[in-house]
Amino acid sequence: MKNLVLVSVLVLVALIVVACTSAPAPSAPQVVKETVIVQATAAPAVATKPAAPPAATAAPAPVALGARFAAVKARGKVVCGSNDQVPGFGFLDKATGQFTGFDVDYCKALAVAVFGDAKAIEFRPVNAAQRGPALQTGEIDVLARNTTWTVTRDATWGLFAGVNFYDGQGMMVDAKKNPTVKTLKDLKDASVCVQTGTTTELNLSDRFREEAVAFKPVVFDTADATFAAYEGGRCDAVTTDISGLVARRSLLKSPADHKILEVVMSKEPLGPAVPLGDAQWYNVAKWTLFALINAEELGVTSKNVDEMLQSKNPDVQRLLGVTGDLHKGLGLEKDWVVKVIKAVGNYGEIYDRHLGPSTPLKLDRGINKLWNKGGILYAPPFR
Amino acid sequence: MAEPQFTRVPFWRDVRVLTILTQVIFVVVVALVAAFLYANVSTAMRQRGLVNDFSFLSLEAGFEIGEALIPYTATDTYGQALWAGFSNTLLVSVVGIILSTIIGVVVGVARLSSNWIVSRLAAIYIELIRNTPLLVQLFFIYFGVFLTLPSVGQTLEFPGFIYANQRGVFLPRPVPTSTSETWAWFVVVAIILALALGYLSTRPQARRLGWVAALVLILLPAFGWLIAGEPLAFEIPVRERFNFKGGMNLSPEFSALLAGLVLYTAGFIAEVVRAGILAVRRGQIEAAYSLGLNGGQVLRMIIFPQALRVIVPPLTSQYLNLAKNSSLAIAIGFPDLFSIATTSANQTGQPVPVYLLVMATYLAMSLFTSLLMNIYNRSVQVLEK
Repeated sequence: MKNLVLVSVLVLVALIVVACTSAPAPSAPQVVKETVIVQATAAPAVATKPAAPPAATAAPAPVALGARFAAVKARGKVVCGSNDQVPGFGFLDKATGQFTGFDVDYCKALAVAVFGDAKAIEFRPVNAAQRGPALQTGEIDVLARNTTWTVTRDATWGLFAGVNFYDGQGMMVDAKKNPTVKTLKDLKDASVCVQTGTTTELNLSDRFREEAVAFKPVVFDTADATFAAYEGGRCDAVTTDISGLVARRSLLKSPADHKILEVVMSKEPLGPAVPLGDAQWYNVAKWTLFALINAEELGVTSKNVDEMLQSKNPDVQRLLGVTGDLHKGLGLEKDWVVKVIKAVGNYGEIYDRHLGPSTPLKLDRGINKLWNKGGILYAPPFR
Repeated sequence: MAEPQFTRVPFWRDVRVLTILTQVIFVVVVALVAAFLYANVSTAMRQRGLVNDFSFLSLEAGFEIGEALIPYTATDTYGQALWAGFSNTLLVSVVGIILSTIIGVVVGVARLSSNWIVSRLAAIYIELIRNTPLLVQLFFIYFGVFLTLPSVGQTLEFPGFIYANQRGVFLPRPVPTSTSETWAWFVVVAIILALALGYLSTRPQARRLGWVAALVLILLPAFGWLIAGEPLAFEIPVRERFNFKGGMNLSPEFSALLAGLVLYTAGFIAEVVRAGILAVRRGQIEAAYSLGLNGGQVLRMIIFPQALRVIVPPLTSQYLNLAKNSSLAIAIGFPDLFSIATTSANQTGQPVPVYLLVMATYLAMSLFTSLLMNIYNRSVQVLEK
């Protein structure tokens, strides 16, 4: 009887302790709201975040930081949601254990912008179905994973910090087995492999419905499984963004046998995204991308950035932080663009490094050229 | 003689009061914790723009599903898509349960065989299956077995318009015609008669009725077929440019998932059956043999009825495992409930209501299965040893 009373008292105490220690959680989101609107009081935001050794940056930011930006700085590294299965964009090299790719370089640029160190990143590979919840819950700080910018995703997943690759959806078939397939109508009753959780799935059924042509989808959850089934002959065609098709084709046993049809099934503006709630972090992500594009427009490369510091061109001077204090509004260092360009290069260099003529992908820049060179790549000015 | 003093026990020492009080306080505290957690989740979700209602179920889905038991197109709603996925899960689970029970019982009995080779083979099968992860087995069966069948150009043909290639097995599909209903009545009457006769045949001196029941089951529908003319037409699969069209199709995804689940669960069921058989007292078996019964009769009439008491509860767990393991279908491209739910959660941007719905569905399915199994369990339990 005494034991019964003792046990019940202990249980009560344990429950009360659990309830009380989890109490601070609801207050944190409220602080997030405050900081975003007022943008003045930074102390409570920083204080409620778990204490970690502060990053070894030289001077404290002159502007109050949003909650996520503060958390990133306190953590000392950027958590980057990336791909590990698409060569050229986000690929984990199994031999070296390093992530490489077009989107990976954007993450490195972001890390250099915030910390000055391209290694201050933690890569979290996410598949197409996981990236949404990972961004929604704030598990990752930025998603650079060839993700299409759509209105649903802006509303529910997070904010898209611009477009770093204008793409479209395409279809790839085995030209050796099906040499006469040229358009979607030729794929009547064909099996098409597709990855789940993507705009690809929806566009596929939309386009085929428009053409009033039936087809059979075979849906997998990872790019590896999708293309393994396609290569094994399970499907007659495979569909994803054209850049993804080119990238994965380079991994097939006989890439020359596979043809990408001259069909563009949709608009796919791919860009990085950050979680909702912190306008400051959103600005940093946006302007890192715009810095890369503006650098190419102004002719600043990783090789000549030191000479460009002496340039008399006022646009270059503003971009590199020689004049003006544009960095203050973002909460970054004065020479953040210089460090970024030195570490990863400008947009053109990043593109050539991973997708250019010297790579197996050989993706033509197409509409990804600068706006004054025939494409639609356009970044707002540094002013 | 002194009257025994009858003092009232103060309420804080009264056992009856304390037990009730503790329970009440416990329930109140649990309710408070649950309410707090719910409020926390609601606030966090509202902060992130996640909606917590089920309005998405009436939105247009926009994606196609490869195969489903119920008709579905991309213009149907998310609710319809989830139903299609659920129908696939049910199909795999029901067929999987039946097949894995048959195979599991056979392997379990084989494991106890006095034939050394048979029991060793069974042991190897069981140990191999139980000690490798199911996902790995599924990948192996799908990519290594079903996708390595000949391609559509080299389809294997079988008599009766049956074709097999790496896109699946294609069979003729029965299509009801105008006379199907008359034939269906014959079949229904035949089944009822056979069941009645079968029940009567359990009486002593009426064993011959069992044969009569079997005859009725076969002859009456055949007679009905002749009377009704052609109650079923068959739609044969026809080779088109890319695939076979028409007929029934067992896709490699479905076959691989079914094969993987059945083989995996059969290994566990075999061990459950073996445990049940070993639990029957040796005296029973010795007495049975000394009465002159042969091996098969002993197994059927003495061992199994007693072993069932031990087998049925863990067997229920294995059935539930099979139903839940079917959610691994997403890895090999079979559109089951979980696969459709993942797609829906992604496309709507609302993972919480979708996954709550999925969990509730699996819970309902599992509770229903265990309800049926518990009813059966009660019938095989004895009130006393």
